[in-house]
Amino acid sequence: MSVSRRIFIRDGVATVTLGLAAPSFLSAIANAQGLPNRRLVVIYLGGGNDSLNTLVGYRDAAYYSRRPSIAVPAGQVLQVGTDASGMTMGLHPRLTGLLNIYNEGRLALVQRTGYPNSSRSHFEASDIWGTANPQSSTGSGWLGRYLDTLPRPLDALAAWNTTGETPRALLSGQSGVPAIPNASTYTFGSPNRGQAALQERAAAQTMAANSAPGRPHLAYLNGASRGAIETLDRVALAGQYTPTVVYPNNGFASALRTIAGAIVRGIGSRVYWATTGGYDTHADQGGGGGGAYANLMGTLGDGLGAFYSDIRNQGLAADTTIIVFSEFSRRISENGSAGTDHGAAGVMMVLGGSVRGGLYGTAPQLSPGHPTLENNSGDVRYETDFRSVYARVLDNWLGVNSVSILNGDFRAGAPAVF
Amino acid sequence: MARLNPEIDHLLRRAGFGVSAAEVDTYRDMSFPQAVAHLVDYEGSPDDVDERIGRPDHARVIPSKATPTRDLFSPDIDIDDARQRWMFRMLHTRRPLQEKMTLFWHNHFATGYSKLATDSGMLQGAKLLVHKPGILRGPAGQVETLRRQALGNFRNMLLDMAKDAAMLIWLDGQSNTKAKPQENFGREIMELFTVGVGHYTEPDVYAAARVFTGWNLQPSADYTNDDYGSMNAYQEFVWRPDQHDTGAKTFSFPIYSDGGRTIPPRPESDGLQDGIDLINALVMHPETARRFARKWWNFFISEIQPPDPAFVEATANVYLQNRSEIRPVIRFILTSPWFTDPANRFARFAWPVEYVTRAIKEVGWQNLDLNTVRSPMAAMGQLLYEPPNVAGWHLGVDWFSTGTMLARANFAATVAAGQKDFLAASLAPEVNSADGLLATMLDRVTPAPFDQAPQQALMTYLLADGPWRGTESELNTRASGLARLLVGCSEYQLI
Repeated sequence: MSVSRRIFIRDGVATVTLGLAAPSFLSAIANAQGLPNRRLVVIYLGGGNDSLNTLVGYRDAAYYSRRPSIAVPAGQVLQVGTDASGMTMGLHPRLTGLLNIYNEGRLALVQRTGYPNSSRSHFEASDIWGTANPQSSTGSGWLGRYLDTLPRPLDALAAWNTTGETPRALLSGQSGVPAIPNASTYTFGSPNRGQAALQERAAAQTMAANSAPGRPHLAYLNGASRGAIETLDRVALAGQYTPTVVYPNNGFASALRTIAGAIVRGIGSRVYWATTGGYDTHADQGGGGGGAYANLMGTLGDGLGAFYSDIRNQGLAADTTIIVFSEFSRRISENGSAGTDHGAAGVMMVLGGSVRGGLYGTAPQLSPGHPTLENNSGDVRYETDFRSVYARVLDNWLGVNSVSILNGDFRAGAPAVF
Repeated sequence: MARLNPEIDHLLRRAGFGVSAAEVDTYRDMSFPQAVAHLVDYEGSPDDVDERIGRPDHARVIPSKATPTRDLFSPDIDIDDARQRWMFRMLHTRRPLQEKMTLFWHNHFATGYSKLATDSGMLQGAKLLVHKPGILRGPAGQVETLRRQALGNFRNMLLDMAKDAAMLIWLDGQSNTKAKPQENFGREIMELFTVGVGHYTEPDVYAAARVFTGWNLQPSADYTNDDYGSMNAYQEFVWRPDQHDTGAKTFSFPIYSDGGRTIPPRPESDGLQDGIDLINALVMHPETARRFARKWWNFFISEIQPPDPAFVEATANVYLQNRSEIRPVIRFILTSPWFTDPANRFARFAWPVEYVTRAIKEVGWQNLDLNTVRSPMAAMGQLLYEPPNVAGWHLGVDWFSTGTMLARANFAATVAAGQKDFLAASLAPEVNSADGLLATMLDRVTPAPFDQAPQQALMTYLLADGPWRGTESELNTRASGLARLLVGCSEYQLI
């Protein structure tokens, strides 16, 4: 492998990058281990997405009577047809980016996903979606356990988290996941230049290699340091990517662009994680035309639309699947602040070049007393266990046994998205 | 400068932000109990830190949004200026425990600027959190309210937070009315501020929402939610009896000392008492006491060992016996055998704000502009006044990933680069060998003890170009490089 040395100066601080010349070398690690060249991108909508306004049953009179100030008008929805129960559905008008993918048959909308006795606590609920165990919000995550099944030694970039904190889903006992929000600032800083800076980098690497016997907490920190130093060069390569489309100018789109760069540059990560927040819309969430929720939908739809187009242009869509989830949906009736409080079951999305698109499951019908509802008809009752979606992804996309990873067989009732 | 004794160093890392060269003399002649008393009874030390902003020998602040029409440093109405002021306070205060506890409470009542600014505009959004009464009209900002009673009574603090304008916007109490009760604050006051998950029910959430109906917000006459409105405009708590649900509210836990679980129906005019009754009950709930004991175990004692049940019971008892007064509890903790056990030294993961403050204190702040630490801290995962959500920051090992570790190490590089010449000048009279440089630097910069391999790696670095020559440029390069390695290494992330 040929190595080129570049030294950047930023804010008076020299940053040193050892650039690897041949991109093809990188995915060769994965190929040598005989893994399928497929990847999963997980998008978490932080705060509890109001699914009833994401995918609207716009002919349900109760939807309008229970949401007088925040309902999306029927004339504005992006029509996506009729589901198995005969409910006619439409996407939020700001999801034009997703409508295109839906019309290509590559977006699956899985209605009423959740689990029994849904937690209404953000933190417990998001941890439950991470552990994939409604009885326990602590311990390892379902994707962490997937990473644990990969051959050792595990590539340091087997997964790539674009947020600053490691989500529960990616936690595992054996497989650390690097957090790399922005590939272009992922460099080694030094107060010196040239040879001294390289010597510092070598010293930092040796210090981080200490296994710290008797101090597992220190060993953990050294693992993070080592992961950073060892992945600097490959990440820098991903950061040099020039997209084929214009991404929106926001943090979510920037994370997706980083992921696209990693995919196109052949970094070889199996799992990517991105988050977009602000979904805890207790107040003034707005209806179809404008307001906080419309902005959230715009960020989501425009970002995913750009990302999907970009990787499709690169010929990589067929090897890429994206899933979108939130920790819960929201109450059916709006509250006094023209917003919605914490609710239960919601919509999951699965999209990608190999996905069988369409409407899965049945929509909630919002007249009080309808069997698709629970909690005195205050919330949506789940129909599809979220773990059966995970099972489908694990078995049919990532090619591992879902039963051992999910600690149970959730294949029954799984939407046939692949 | 020699270090203090290890017990006091430990105390100052945990109950403060480490020690700068300038502060060593304050603590040098104190016994451990004297040092605890000095920190805990902080009213004995001058509260003059804000007056020292702009003085020589201190870190600098600059107006973060200087414009031709507005070039004043404005920490009461500009959030980035307020961030600099808080960093300045943590660096230079004579009352470190007051700042440390304010940080604890900011995380406990974690309120984020962005939502406030979306609601009220940038100026008012900042003022809601950081306004220090004195010059402008209006009530104290949330974090100033927390600072004022950092070791006060939790009952009063929680009542203040229930009426706090920032909190009323953050958790939507401003629109909590009898026709449409708003559950957000009602849920979080139990889940996050007091008893915790598992000690309340969903019906309790509905009941708590109804308790706080009518606890709303009113703006001053000159208030507008423009980004740049009147500096003197403000919003404040208002009690609206006509918006209060007067019916009975029944909880799954006792509200009254006779074991009664039902807040009785009351006329509108007396309805404010509902919230006071609920707050009193939650504050003195044994699970609140235990939850704080566990949080303070992690904050003051150890994040490596789980809370010792004996500590939790003892600390909870001190809290309950003192009717939720915080000062006696913290004094108890800092003088307890758990705190002084040498096994618990360096057993806590530094928050980014603690890491950055200590690094600056130990390496130096000459010519340092505090506006420049904001963006590195964000990359480490902690922007003051912007917790990720109402549960606060994810603490402990959750601070650390490859990305945040790299951000910390690169901040070490920035600090070392900024102090390069000053470090070399101050070390030159003392240092004439690589060993001497390492020993002298470890007197100032205090990572957890090194194993042999990393210690050897540091010596290898210092001698990477051959034997020590003693030139000025050698010291210049190696002292700053060493500072970068010491502050950026894993051992330094522990306090």
